[in-house]
Amino acid sequence: MMMTEPSKYNRDACHECIISIEDVSFYYENKTPVIQNLDFKVLERDFVGLIGSNGAGKSTLLKMIAGLIKPVQGEIKLFDQPISDFKDWERIGYVPQKNAMNPFFPATVKEIVLSGLYGKKKMFKRITKKEMQKCDDSLQALGIEQLANRRIGNLSGGQQQRAFLARALINNPDLLILDEPMVGIDAETQESFFHMIRHMHRQHNITFLMVSHDVEMMHSYLGTEPIHTAGKLKFYVKHSHDFEDCVETDLTHSLKGFF
Amino acid sequence: MDLDIFLFPFFQKTLFVGFLIGIIAPLIGVFIVLRRLSMIGDALSHVSIAGVALGFIIEVYPLALGIAFALIASFAIEKLRKAYPSYAELSIAIIMSGGIAFASVLFTSGKGFNINVQDYLFGSIVALDTADIWIVLTVTLLVIAFVFISYKELFLVTLDEDAASVSGLPTRLFNILITTLTALVISVIIKIVGALLVSALITIPVACSLVIAKSFRHTMWMAVIFSEIAVMGGLMVAGIWNFAPGGTVVLLSIALLMLSFLFSRSKAS
Repeated sequence: MMMTEPSKYNRDACHECIISIEDVSFYYENKTPVIQNLDFKVLERDFVGLIGSNGAGKSTLLKMIAGLIKPVQGEIKLFDQPISDFKDWERIGYVPQKNAMNPFFPATVKEIVLSGLYGKKKMFKRITKKEMQKCDDSLQALGIEQLANRRIGNLSGGQQQRAFLARALINNPDLLILDEPMVGIDAETQESFFHMIRHMHRQHNITFLMVSHDVEMMHSYLGTEPIHTAGKLKFYVKHSHDFEDCVETDLTHSLKGFF
Repeated sequence: MDLDIFLFPFFQKTLFVGFLIGIIAPLIGVFIVLRRLSMIGDALSHVSIAGVALGFIIEVYPLALGIAFALIASFAIEKLRKAYPSYAELSIAIIMSGGIAFASVLFTSGKGFNINVQDYLFGSIVALDTADIWIVLTVTLLVIAFVFISYKELFLVTLDEDAASVSGLPTRLFNILITTLTALVISVIIKIVGALLVSALITIPVACSLVIAKSFRHTMWMAVIFSEIAVMGGLMVAGIWNFAPGGTVVLLSIALLMLSFLFSRSKAS
């Protein structure tokens, strides 16, 4: 599939707006702005790569999208809802940085994956058989079913990331946010992890936002030209219509049927 | 050696309270240790004995004032943590020395303190009255109910606080609940184990369990089992040979920690 020239594509038409960043600025008290007047839209089934050096504002932007901090100016909308009103957090899957996790945390892979369901579960409600099956399926989809009962801390970096990806997928999210998922993982594992993500993007109805500083890997999938640059932040995008022909056949067995 | 001690009601009371403490200390301890707050127990216990000392001076039920002081300290720690975001231990160091400073001034200001001071620093197996037992029982029920009801939420907050807050969890509320219950647990343990060694009871059984547990749930069960062995065993040894109970309990739990390391080594090889 060839890359489509970004400028020829009308980003406001036909696709649902998954993340809309409108004239957003952020700065800590009396400091120079981390992010200034940023405008950007992530549309349905886009694969957005966000690249920037340390201090470029990547994590600040992710925190704002997650609602952990508020923009000083401007507005962020998720699925067309202002972030302060947004409640459907299970539509968003999140894969943390590997080093954000305490490696000695005593949980098994299965416990980690099932915890993806905990956020929306009511008090006293136990995990059902159906949810157990969902967990097994997502472990299988990522090829780590044999690790289900191993402690997360005893696994390699790549295996840990797969476990966290399985956790993010268990709610069948519409948007998957990956925060530097390759940091601390060897090159070969990185390649196969990225391959898996790309495959998922083509096969399933998921929008991706991936933060990385691995420029080469991003270029290989998203092209060498950023669609948007804001300060030190660069946005690379692969649109779903770049492979519209495969979408129509593949959507029939989308992730929801797949799990 | 004095086996008759088992016949005395005061020692039976102590063993009963020890049994309850053996459950709640590691249950709350799992979440404290995994959130890297192991030292918080020390800080709270040192402030709590300042409250106890004040209670003796103004003749108010000492344990109640101890609990009140520990609760205030737990909120002060949270506040100070925000003031020095990248130096979380600093807040604990400040509160801990503040507590012991206040306690030492109070202890030396009054008369007739000497016996009680030693009890509160190193623990005692004869110090419990009926009111104490009711308070420990209440705190035990609170902790068990909290962990049982909010297991899922506690798991999320402990695994990754940011991610938990993204999934819509009131993480601040859970932080406050965890620290509040820790303050309660610490205050009720002090009378048996002593303020100097309280935090060992919260952390060491969990440390044992982390070495050998197979899962998160298993970690909690194993920590309770380790803690019961240490507390019940330690109290019996202390009662029979007339040692300080806190010391025997903690030494026994350190022995258990060494055993768990040996066990996991032999399993690995």
